[in-house]
Amino acid sequence: MIVAETKPIEEIYGFIEPYNKIMVLGCGGCVSVCLSGGEKEVGVLTSALKLKRKIDGRELEVVEMTIPRQCDWEYFDLMGSRLDEVEAVVSIGCGAGVQALVKKFPDSLVYPGLNTSFLGVGEKPGVWVEYCQGCGSCVLGLTGGICPVARCSKHILNGPCGGSEKGMCEVDPKNIPCVWQLIYDRLKSIDRLDLIEKIMDMKDWSTATDGGVRRMENPEVFALEHKQQEDKEPAKG
Amino acid sequence: MNTQSNLERVLESGAFAVTSECGPPRSAAGDVILRKGLMLKHCTDAVNVTDNQTAIVRMSSLASCVLLKSIGIDPVLQMVCRDRNRIALQSDILGAAALGIDNLLCLSGDHQSFGNQPGAKNVYDIDSMQLLACARDMCENGRFISDLGEYEMDTPPSMFIGAAANPFADPSDYRVLRLAKKVNSGARFIQTQCIFNLKKFGRWMKDVRAMGLHEQVYILGGVTPLKSAGMARYMRDKVAGMDVPDSVIRRMEGLKGEAAREMGIKICVETIKKLKKMEGVSGVHIMAIEWEDAVPQIVEMAELLPRP
Repeated sequence: MIVAETKPIEEIYGFIEPYNKIMVLGCGGCVSVCLSGGEKEVGVLTSALKLKRKIDGRELEVVEMTIPRQCDWEYFDLMGSRLDEVEAVVSIGCGAGVQALVKKFPDSLVYPGLNTSFLGVGEKPGVWVEYCQGCGSCVLGLTGGICPVARCSKHILNGPCGGSEKGMCEVDPKNIPCVWQLIYDRLKSIDRLDLIEKIMDMKDWSTATDGGVRRMENPEVFALEHKQQEDKEPAKG
Repeated sequence: MNTQSNLERVLESGAFAVTSECGPPRSAAGDVILRKGLMLKHCTDAVNVTDNQTAIVRMSSLASCVLLKSIGIDPVLQMVCRDRNRIALQSDILGAAALGIDNLLCLSGDHQSFGNQPGAKNVYDIDSMQLLACARDMCENGRFISDLGEYEMDTPPSMFIGAAANPFADPSDYRVLRLAKKVNSGARFIQTQCIFNLKKFGRWMKDVRAMGLHEQVYILGGVTPLKSAGMARYMRDKVAGMDVPDSVIRRMEGLKGEAAREMGIKICVETIKKLKKMEGVSGVHIMAIEWEDAVPQIVEMAELLPRP
């Protein structure tokens, strides 16, 4: 899932400084699961902003709302006309959600309430860890299902480097396991150490963000959409 | 394949090689490099120049190598993957070769979080293993990393290519296999992490010999003279992949100033003498961290003068 953290309250407070009535919009997707952008967090942020405003001697009206997802167009319809009531929106969806909102409602003022961080997994209650970097060409098949691109501090494909000690990474020996130790142990346990005896070739990063802005097309859906368009507007002549 | 490298010449001759290293200054003072170089010139076969070690901004390794070359030293250009992508790395290899730098040491590099630029973008486009393979392909086949072209350069670089190895890091039973990967990627010489635990190093060398790697690559054992018990404890506790046994720390304890430094040099010389006798060890790499003036004395006491 996409893991995001709440921005410092001062930063959000700064965004909304000019406005007296705002909406705080939550998202029922990933950010709900990682406890940063769901219904409960909408309430918490609303209270914090209102309280701070009160201390500063100004009232703040807040419309609280959470939709199932901020990255799918149809859910925005659930907002009805509530958006018309407010001067600005603080979205506590991920970065994709904030931008979808801007695209859907170009006349609205939208501010982010979260810092979107990574694709990860909740390892224990309240702790999420990065597992995937969305590099666009998955190497998990060669590494026992454990990703060095996302989970090695140096993203090296032929690790571990010299900074691996007692299973931990020198960058943060308390919190970051050396992923190459994990990969080594895993491959050893499934008797596939042969996979890392070979030198792993350098990666083609053009499938990652380095190759320019990415898009994905589903050919079937794309063709269907195209056909419907043609049926609506039959070729002239 | 032979290059103009003095280090390669010495190793090929079968002599026990001595290399040392020189950390560039955190300023534009070229004379600092020259001063360190002059201390090391008569007692080493080649001098490594670190590449922004510990991720602290320093004078560029390549520029410092050129300064050392100007006073007749054979520099080893250290090149890390942390700061440059494959375009910049290949370009710097060409530039270094054109400037007469004959040795290249391919490293992954210290993570930027350790240095004075923790907000820097972490490049690691390729890793040290892949940089080795890239450098070898450039030198031997005149080719760049490329999926597209068949371009072959008319004047390829010619460099003696090496890598680092850490016999003390984990997972320990994978360390020799990883060395084999470096050899297969093109490393012709290896400089190891500082050796304080000779027993553990000896076990690693035994595995190296069992795989026949000592016949495929020149291994230079890394040594560092300790300045104090505090330094020894710091290295043991704070530097990942560094193994400083208690027996070494006990010998340093209670000694202050000059007495501690003398003991540090003594331990270092003893280590070198033991390495010299170890089958498959082709030389020693002396890393006297900000203490380059200790190197001539160490080399002399280790009976490694004059240099061939």
